[in-house]
Amino acid sequence: MLRLEPRAESSEVMSYLSPLLAVVLMLIGGLILFTVLGKNPLEGFRIFFINPVSDLYGVGELLLKATPLMLVAIGLAIGFRANVWNIGAEGQYIMGGVAASAVALYFYESEGFHILILMVVAGCIGGMLWASIPAYLKTRFNTNEILVSLMLVYVAQLAVSWLVHGPMMDPDGFNFPQSRMFEESALLPVLIEDTRLNIAFGFALAALIAGYIFMYRSFLGFQMQVAGNAANAARYAGFSAKRMIWIGLLSGGAMAGIAGMSEVAGPMEQLTEHVSNNYGFAAIIVAFVARLNPVGIFFASLLMALLYLGGEQAQQYMNLPSSISNVFQGMLLMFLLGSDVFINYRLKWGKANG
Amino acid sequence: MALKNKLLKQLAVAGLAVVTSISSGFAAEDTVGFVYVSPIGDAGWTYQHDLGRLQLEKETGVKTNYVENVAEGSDAERVIREMAKRGDKVIFATSFGYMNYMLKVSKKFPKTAFVHATGYKMGKNMGIYNARFYEGRYLTGVIAGEMTKSNVLGYVAAFPIPEVLQGINAFIKGARSVNPKAELRVIWVNSWYDPGKERQAAMTLMSQNADVITQHTDSTAVVQAAEEQGKYAFGYHSDMSKYGPKAHLTAATHHWGDYYVKTVNDVKAGNWKPESIWGGYKDGMVSLAPLNPAIPAELQARIRDMEKHLTSGVLHPFSGPVVDQDGKVRVAAGATMSDKDLNGMNYYLEGVVSKLPKQ
Repeated sequence: MLRLEPRAESSEVMSYLSPLLAVVLMLIGGLILFTVLGKNPLEGFRIFFINPVSDLYGVGELLLKATPLMLVAIGLAIGFRANVWNIGAEGQYIMGGVAASAVALYFYESEGFHILILMVVAGCIGGMLWASIPAYLKTRFNTNEILVSLMLVYVAQLAVSWLVHGPMMDPDGFNFPQSRMFEESALLPVLIEDTRLNIAFGFALAALIAGYIFMYRSFLGFQMQVAGNAANAARYAGFSAKRMIWIGLLSGGAMAGIAGMSEVAGPMEQLTEHVSNNYGFAAIIVAFVARLNPVGIFFASLLMALLYLGGEQAQQYMNLPSSISNVFQGMLLMFLLGSDVFINYRLKWGKANG
Repeated sequence: MALKNKLLKQLAVAGLAVVTSISSGFAAEDTVGFVYVSPIGDAGWTYQHDLGRLQLEKETGVKTNYVENVAEGSDAERVIREMAKRGDKVIFATSFGYMNYMLKVSKKFPKTAFVHATGYKMGKNMGIYNARFYEGRYLTGVIAGEMTKSNVLGYVAAFPIPEVLQGINAFIKGARSVNPKAELRVIWVNSWYDPGKERQAAMTLMSQNADVITQHTDSTAVVQAAEEQGKYAFGYHSDMSKYGPKAHLTAATHHWGDYYVKTVNDVKAGNWKPESIWGGYKDGMVSLAPLNPAIPAELQARIRDMEKHLTSGVLHPFSGPVVDQDGKVRVAAGATMSDKDLNGMNYYLEGVVSKLPKQ
């Protein structure tokens, strides 16, 4: 008989294999799903996973879509490793976008490279300010950062809605809820001509490298790791818990804010209330699929982005409903949780001893 | 004589086609794409557009494809571009948030006809279309004014943009044309589709004594809430009578099929040119769902007459005097509101007791 036996020590190999196993299971699940829906599974597979990246534009779109996921996920991972649960990156992303837009609109019709730099700084600060609310409340009043940061997402959504219906509304836009279109000087330079991939992808790579160095090569990163794994040991060693909370939340806020900036100054070219694109929440999935590891985040972001692109194509070419992307994401998460069992347990034949 | 005129018209059209150069023909394998903002579902804004798509397939034999639930953000550009790339000769994008993205894509595919529902930006190969929803609203307002016992009407609304305000104002103006005591309360839910919030808003309105309610949002929640409470309601976009057989008096409905057929036929014939279309009753874009038998026969007859007058243009919902909430005369007696003023509407008319959110 098949049974699960606890491992004496959790398996490091399994902790890296489990996400890969989840991806494989998701693909198998997808093949079954296509078959059940009466579609040719191989054709479905080709349209979902190959077609979206079959030309340079498609590759550009994949990287463009993965960029905010990478940025947000690496910021969150730093906090998650120390058990600081920032669930509100979506709100911090929005506030980063808002702050960057404010700069762009303030400098409307003026030139200069300083505008873009100020926009990045503003986006970063906007996200950090929003994240500092749960950090302050947690360190001062010991509130639950999960709830506070999550609730602030809704506040941010209402705030951006109010702004584009009010003070930031395009005066020549017939009262439609949107800002002016940004000037060229407030747009991120495009990396590959005829695609929309912009320099923010470079920011994301830099952030992943910086995140890697911080996590694995700095004393502070080590402290945060210890705090996450063994809170009592960290306290005994005299590591400041408050400091970790602040760093954990601010890193997430800063990266989410820059991601928001890269959306308004990238493909959107303006602020609308649709700036929030669920990147803040999707990045949480990315961070966990990636085991909070920067290399993993790189690949998990690409996979997640591909699921979005593939879902669009499956609709266009196979008449599948829009929920197909969600089904794939759901399968990925479910199989990951399932596979994670094997980190602490192993499969055994035969009866349990004793 | 008539023949000569027709000939001249055709020549003129042919001349235009040369200018716009979208006349390169419409091969048998060419297709038409639709971008939808929400899942199609079985009632609502997107559902009505999809009915139009199905009518287009049926009447012209043209093959279509669509993507539903496309966010009004940067993803839209990729979806629209993919449609143009795969060979959709005509692309209809059916929500305001796609406008800037469609305009960008249209510049890269000069041989494709791009058509955008609502909005205001046009291009060399991009036109816009919309319907005068307020015409249907005015009629539902008249019915509401006659059917209310409490003289309090309720309205659940999404966002205070001109299109929504036109609906609210046409509704109260219709109601007060038959019942000067009628007043209207408005609740903003800040969302186009949020059944939970829409229902809550409907319940609040009914608890404030509203006995006829309607909505400018996408779900059927308001009609369902009215059915439960034994009050009256109107559907919007689609006939929603199956969600409230007793409550549903009628619905102000939209019909895009004829326009889609005409547009595609124009592109096929090589005489499509980008236009700004704002169609109403006379174009068949706006109509009413079947009237509930609860509406007295005399009122039903009056409504049918008013439909004729809207079609012929004798009746304009915003003919003067149009007085706003603060008593300011917006249109003098004898005049009618211009399209420009309609599109800039940012106030409530008299009879609305709520205040507009401050900007």
